[in-house]
Amino acid sequence: MILLKVLRGVAVALMGFGILWGVSGTASAKVEGNTVYLGAAISLTGKYSTNGAHTRRGYDLAVEKINAAGGVTVDGQAYELGIIYYDDESTPARGAQLAERLIQQDGVTFILGPYSSGLTRAMAPITEKYGVPMVEANGASISLFQEGYKYLFAVLSTTEQYLQGAIALAAETAEDGQVLRVALAMENDPFSQDVRAGVIADAERLGMRIVIDDKLPPELNDMSATMAKVRALKPDLLVVSGHAKGAALAIRQIADSRIDVPMLALTHCDAAQVIEKFAEKAEFALCASQWAPGLSYSDDLFGSARDFADLFEATFDYAPPYQSAESAAAVMVFADAFERAGSFDPAAVRDALAATDLMTFYGGINFDEAGRNVAKPMVLFQVQDGEYRVVYPSDTAEAPFAHPTPRWSER
Amino acid sequence: MLENLQLLFDYPALGADLIANGLMIGAIFALAAFGMALVWGVLGIINIAQGELVMLGGFVALTAAGLGVPPLMTIPLAALVLFMIGWGLYRLVIFRVVDRDLFVSLLATFGLSIILQQLSNEVFGADVRTLETGLGTLILFDSQIVLAEIKLVSFVTALVVGLALWAFLKRARLGQAIRATSQNARAARILGIDTDRVYAATYALNAALCGAAGSLVVMAWTIHPYIGLPYTVRSFLVVIVAGLGNIAAVIAAGLGLGALENVAGFVLGAEYQIAFVFSLMVIILVVRNLLLRRKREYLK
Amino acid sequence: MTDIQKYALVATSLLFSLVAPFLLPQFATQLTMLWLMVIFALTWDTLGGQMGYNSFGNILFFGIGAYGCAVIQRDMGLDYFSGLAVGLAFAAVLSAIVAIVLGVGMLGLRGHYFAIGTLGLGIAAGEIAGGWDYVGAGSGMVPPLYPTEMAGRELFFYFLMFALALVTFLVLRTLYATKFGLALNAIRDDEDKAEAMGLRTTQIKSLAWAVSALFLGVGGGVAGNLLGFIDPRDVAFAGATFGVWMVLMAILGGKGTLWGPVIGAVVFHITQELFWTYLLGWQRVALGLLIVAIVIFFPNGILGTLRERFPEWFGEKVEERR
Repeated sequence: MILLKVLRGVAVALMGFGILWGVSGTASAKVEGNTVYLGAAISLTGKYSTNGAHTRRGYDLAVEKINAAGGVTVDGQAYELGIIYYDDESTPARGAQLAERLIQQDGVTFILGPYSSGLTRAMAPITEKYGVPMVEANGASISLFQEGYKYLFAVLSTTEQYLQGAIALAAETAEDGQVLRVALAMENDPFSQDVRAGVIADAERLGMRIVIDDKLPPELNDMSATMAKVRALKPDLLVVSGHAKGAALAIRQIADSRIDVPMLALTHCDAAQVIEKFAEKAEFALCASQWAPGLSYSDDLFGSARDFADLFEATFDYAPPYQSAESAAAVMVFADAFERAGSFDPAAVRDALAATDLMTFYGGINFDEAGRNVAKPMVLFQVQDGEYRVVYPSDTAEAPFAHPTPRWSER
Repeated sequence: MLENLQLLFDYPALGADLIANGLMIGAIFALAAFGMALVWGVLGIINIAQGELVMLGGFVALTAAGLGVPPLMTIPLAALVLFMIGWGLYRLVIFRVVDRDLFVSLLATFGLSIILQQLSNEVFGADVRTLETGLGTLILFDSQIVLAEIKLVSFVTALVVGLALWAFLKRARLGQAIRATSQNARAARILGIDTDRVYAATYALNAALCGAAGSLVVMAWTIHPYIGLPYTVRSFLVVIVAGLGNIAAVIAAGLGLGALENVAGFVLGAEYQIAFVFSLMVIILVVRNLLLRRKREYLK
Repeated sequence: MTDIQKYALVATSLLFSLVAPFLLPQFATQLTMLWLMVIFALTWDTLGGQMGYNSFGNILFFGIGAYGCAVIQRDMGLDYFSGLAVGLAFAAVLSAIVAIVLGVGMLGLRGHYFAIGTLGLGIAAGEIAGGWDYVGAGSGMVPPLYPTEMAGRELFFYFLMFALALVTFLVLRTLYATKFGLALNAIRDDEDKAEAMGLRTTQIKSLAWAVSALFLGVGGGVAGNLLGFIDPRDVAFAGATFGVWMVLMAILGGKGTLWGPVIGAVVFHITQELFWTYLLGWQRVALGLLIVAIVIFFPNGILGTLRERFPEWFGEKVEERR
């Protein structure tokens, strides 16, 4: 008897929850009172939790600033923005579930993207299926934009551009007829592999040769085997992409093993805090970045990039990494689209998004047909005298590119 | 793969360098494996939370260094703190699974490892962290072999600790009590040994070993809350190969595993390094078992 | 429990399962995952509960199934449903074959060696898949999209997974009722004696693992299509999540019984979803605590504990003797 009761209880409970949460329609946007809600998946736990926190703060700061400035005006009425958050636990399966939940249960019709390409990849098919526009700020993988999604828009530069600057600068250092030799040490995850694909394409286009092509397992905590190869083969450029861990390990192990590489290019230097942690060991490293406070972009909401950085630091007690900046920009894109569409109908907003041509403190935003932002280039820093100095692209460069990196014995 | 082998032939010092670095990595495995062997032999449980204890040791060392403790002093400090944590864990959870089936202990310690991972994530954040010791680099043989001094320190520490452990188990009263309990717990109890305290001490000792290992890891490499499982499985692998009783064998197996893994990562390509280690473990298990099967026995 | 009560119970559950996705469309994906969990628990229990071989690496077959199906779908150029059908068939056959081949070496291991050995297999498989370009290496694979012109993607996957779970249940039920089931239990209780009595333990063990692997493989194929993205470590060979949950659910419900894994899967999945909703940020800690609690306090699981408290329900007569 008890089994029957248990099962009945379960059934009743499920139905009860269902009734409690209500069956929300998906046709109308989630607008309650004068607040329009966006849905967001954030990594509150799991390996991306730190970046998830940066992303969330970016979203929150933008919402706060926009609401303080009067919100968005649609059809003559002013609306505030609100965000519904769920934890995607840094796993794609959860992310997908969460997208379904936001759309089906909570009835949101606009979604802000999660942190990481893997999670964005898991959520994109679902937002596409339901016709829910997603503006994402932290999924850079180019493969996201090769599936023909119409409802996906990304404000950040995509992976193949990450280290374009490094390759371009390397090409400039080549002497006549010299074939530059490039070494790659990339983490074996979707993001880094996409960066790798971009680097290989650029390198081959400029006639360089790839002499080392290591795919590092994500759990790996030591790069000494790769370092040994680098010491033996003496490449002209070493490119490392492995999120913060890759950057930290690379700098630490290159210094510890006294490896002399004329050029070292990394991603996620700021996330790994290479300057704070490694001081002189990080000198001369090239760092790819989506944004920097020193750039000269500005807008009417936040002011200049520097203003945004100051505001962020005042609010959250630390300097904003680019993840926060781009997340804030994503919210601004939605606000702008709402006003231009003049409604909250997802299809209309989607069309307005596609026509975006906006300048923000983060950079220009203009989407191509695939949804990528083609108005903002990646920036390349070099660590010079303990500070990040922009060395590429040349029109925004603050300092000349220092090359070659002096040998360890001379430092 | 062939080009990599070719590289090894062209630059023999490369092989020496790989092995040297691998030995340094292996020293950490050996430390974690001592503890695993102790706990398995004495308490009869397989501690899946081993790697998390290493991770905690690293974070303790990091916190201590943040409070001004000199980096090298964090090694014994982490060991001490983890000793206490280990004792606490024993009293809270482990004592309930000691007399049970091994499988129960596997799952219980797995649950424990998840709790520790997630708590660390909450408390310390998911960032990758590392500790600069200010130690330099050893350059040998005209730059053919380059070793970070901290790695040498970890190697020497592992050896010293191993020796100390061996002496402890042989000579000290508690050490002898531990050995007695591992041989026959009932008899030990009859002879007046408080086996519960022995179990607690053993688990705490294991935690201390992991703590020391963790502090070395944070100084020589990097840590974050999720580095645990690879250390757990590697220490398990070392124990399987070396057996439970023999400390020298554990050291040798740990060092050997580190070196082998590093060389394999080089030759096969880094993406297959971990696959190699685990496949190796499976093959060793299966082969050893098959050999026993011919005598109509099996691995116990 | 009388037979009538049993039939009523089964009928109610079946009915509920059939209408659930219509009553609760917001939960459709979660319910589909629930059936996947049931498959996980049932297949694990065949080896772990019925046969006494605790496998920590059954996730291997889930991953093989996911990749196998995706590769067929990618390479054979059929339309979606034919591709899926062929893919699932391939996943089933491939997983079973792998089980038989690996079983030659692995099933000779006993006890915790088998557990850790299979754990190693699962991890190695994830790493190999992460390095093998044919299946996308670190970037994983994306199965083809469900044709957008057709409605009812959730319903389709729900009923597919439900049907699979049902078939798994019925096949296992039939198997356990035959001599094969008795043989499995004999191996669990004392393998050497069973062998001495003339049971062909090697073949029986292989067959059991192959059956287990087959259903897991098909489950993997369906799950890969449902989730839309096959990551080698986080989805396909997710040992630390799915792989361990398989074990937990079976233990929670009651190892070695037929309904135990089903109940365990339902309770576990619902609890997990509730944790995720209400304990945001702490759900994993709660899960860890739950695991420790289950293992320590309820090693016989729900059914086991019920059996101890209320043996009459299970048809055992307890006579009081004075």
